[in-house]
Amino acid sequence: MNVKILEKPLNNSYELREVYADTLISIAKNNSKIVALEADLMGAIKMKKYLDIYPNNFINCGIMEANMVGIASGLALRGFIPFMHTFGVFATRRCFDQLFLSIGYADLNLKIIGSDAGVSAAHNGGTHMPFEDLGLMRLIPNATVIEITDWVMFQDLLKQVVNIHGIHYLRIVRKTMLQIYDEGSRFTIGEGIVLREGNDATVIATGIMIKEALEAHKMLLKEDIHISIIDLFTIKPIDQELVIKYAKKTGLIITAENHNIIGGLGSAVSKCLSESYPTKVIRIGVNERFGQVGTQDFLQKEYGLTAKDIVKAVKENL
Amino acid sequence: MKKFSNMIRLETLKMFKNRGFGHLGGSFSIIEVLSVLYLKIMEINPENPTWSDRDYLVLSKGHAGPALYATLALKGYFNKELLLTLNDNGTSLPSHCDRLKTPGIDMTTGSLGQGISSAVGIAKALKIEGKSNFVFTIVGDGELNEGQCFEAIQFASHHQLDNLVVFVDENKIQLDGFTKDISNQRDLVKKFKAFGFHSVRVNGHDEESILKSIKIALNTKGKPSLIILDTIKGKGIEEFENIVSNHHMRFSEDDLVIINRKIAELEEVTR
Ligand SMILES: Cc1ncc(C[n+]2csc(CCOP(=O)(O)OP(=O)(O)O)c2C)c(N)n1
Ligand SMILES: [Mg+2]
Repeated sequence: MNVKILEKPLNNSYELREVYADTLISIAKNNSKIVALEADLMGAIKMKKYLDIYPNNFINCGIMEANMVGIASGLALRGFIPFMHTFGVFATRRCFDQLFLSIGYADLNLKIIGSDAGVSAAHNGGTHMPFEDLGLMRLIPNATVIEITDWVMFQDLLKQVVNIHGIHYLRIVRKTMLQIYDEGSRFTIGEGIVLREGNDATVIATGIMIKEALEAHKMLLKEDIHISIIDLFTIKPIDQELVIKYAKKTGLIITAENHNIIGGLGSAVSKCLSESYPTKVIRIGVNERFGQVGTQDFLQKEYGLTAKDIVKAVKENL
Repeated sequence: MKKFSNMIRLETLKMFKNRGFGHLGGSFSIIEVLSVLYLKIMEINPENPTWSDRDYLVLSKGHAGPALYATLALKGYFNKELLLTLNDNGTSLPSHCDRLKTPGIDMTTGSLGQGISSAVGIAKALKIEGKSNFVFTIVGDGELNEGQCFEAIQFASHHQLDNLVVFVDENKIQLDGFTKDISNQRDLVKKFKAFGFHSVRVNGHDEESILKSIKIALNTKGKPSLIILDTIKGKGIEEFENIVSNHHMRFSEDDLVIINRKIAELEEVTR
């Protein structure tokens, strides 16, 4: 790992969907085995750029996610490296048995980009709002499950996963994300990143909740409360060593995720600690609810996914 | 019926204008069929939306919810004022149909391919109960990419669900382009016939033809019916018609000029 954390996070205008097309184009330049698969959401992820350059290595299957996974398995059997994108709900829930058996159990290669993470699905509402995709993907033996933090990480990990066999699930926000890392950072799958050091509690976060955690860090400093923040972008395999180290150091763990508290980050961290170093874990996330339409701001408040919610959880449990 | 169609189109357009974005194309292509169903065909009771003896409508292409919301409001299921809350925070009118939020919505849809199965299930339930209500469902032509649709029609045909009418909104466009370029459906009339359906194609913007075809479908015994609606995506706003980008629009200033002009026109003809 060679990660440089920006001193001040940047409001970057580079959308993750553009990163996807641009990076896949650069990968495909030296790798004729890449095939990008879409299920009638190419427009949403702006893959036309890629299609224009590599029409033979691009398939828009149509609205048929389950079949798309089966097609990918066939491509993988012939040595291709399929990258498949659709909204997170359709990339996991809509085709789970196909992922589980035709890819996972059959030990085939597939890179899955699930877009519109959690509340970022906003006005598409409950049918399109994935709060369980990470949980589902964690259940597939040997799958690697990642929630992307910013465009720098997305670009780097896309390049890395090309060369690793197996299922990789990369959960993204389709548009912009706060830039946390400096360009050129190199990430190590399975290793968390400490963004802030403090001894009172540790907030372990992923995705859009990193921004909230950083905000909470500032708010708590004013009250002389010092928290550590870990970006645990690889949810599976989890960085057990780092989680235990910070449980020992701060004695209190808060997880913050844009996902159901069952199945995702909170579950993974709890499992790791309960077995190896029992520590109080407070899970911030969506609790027994379905999605709904609204602005992302509104939804973050509605589901308790804000800096304020983190501050409250820290203070109540110190 | 024409007037009712225009009223639906007007209310739907006002909703989209107010929100600034939305699934305009697919909402506008199904307005005439909604108009015929709700004005002339369906046995319903807006005061008692869950009346057990009602006819059902499952809008399988759930992203066209706004057109159905406008229809329901005009039928008196809820106040017209509510229409302007489309997609608001906390709204009861979300972008995709939700049976728990909106009076008159019979089934929650939005994940394409699932609504048609639910409609088939309702039809089967009514058969088991020995009831005579009808079930209607509207499916997108792109939506037919989903294999689940063909599982549903196999089932409907095998179980001889003659209380079911499936409409396919053949507007020839899906999200990323023309349906024929993405996954060619070929001749849907023939295809459904081969599956054992009574199967016809009508002009989906001509109320009289739609009405006639539904009446024939309801009198067809022993098999389910398919009515292909030959439609134009975005029908009714010439500038937006048949363009791929009308699937989901975020309106520009220029678009709003067009929309305002159309609203004025529709207000004139519905007065
Ligand atoms: C299972 C599933 N996959 C993808 C989508 C995203 N999506 C919403 S509408 C649409 C295109 C639908 O095309 P069509 O059925 O032809 O609808 P219409 O032209 O009537 O709007 C897509 C891909 C979805 N809602 N559900
Ligand atoms: Mg269509």
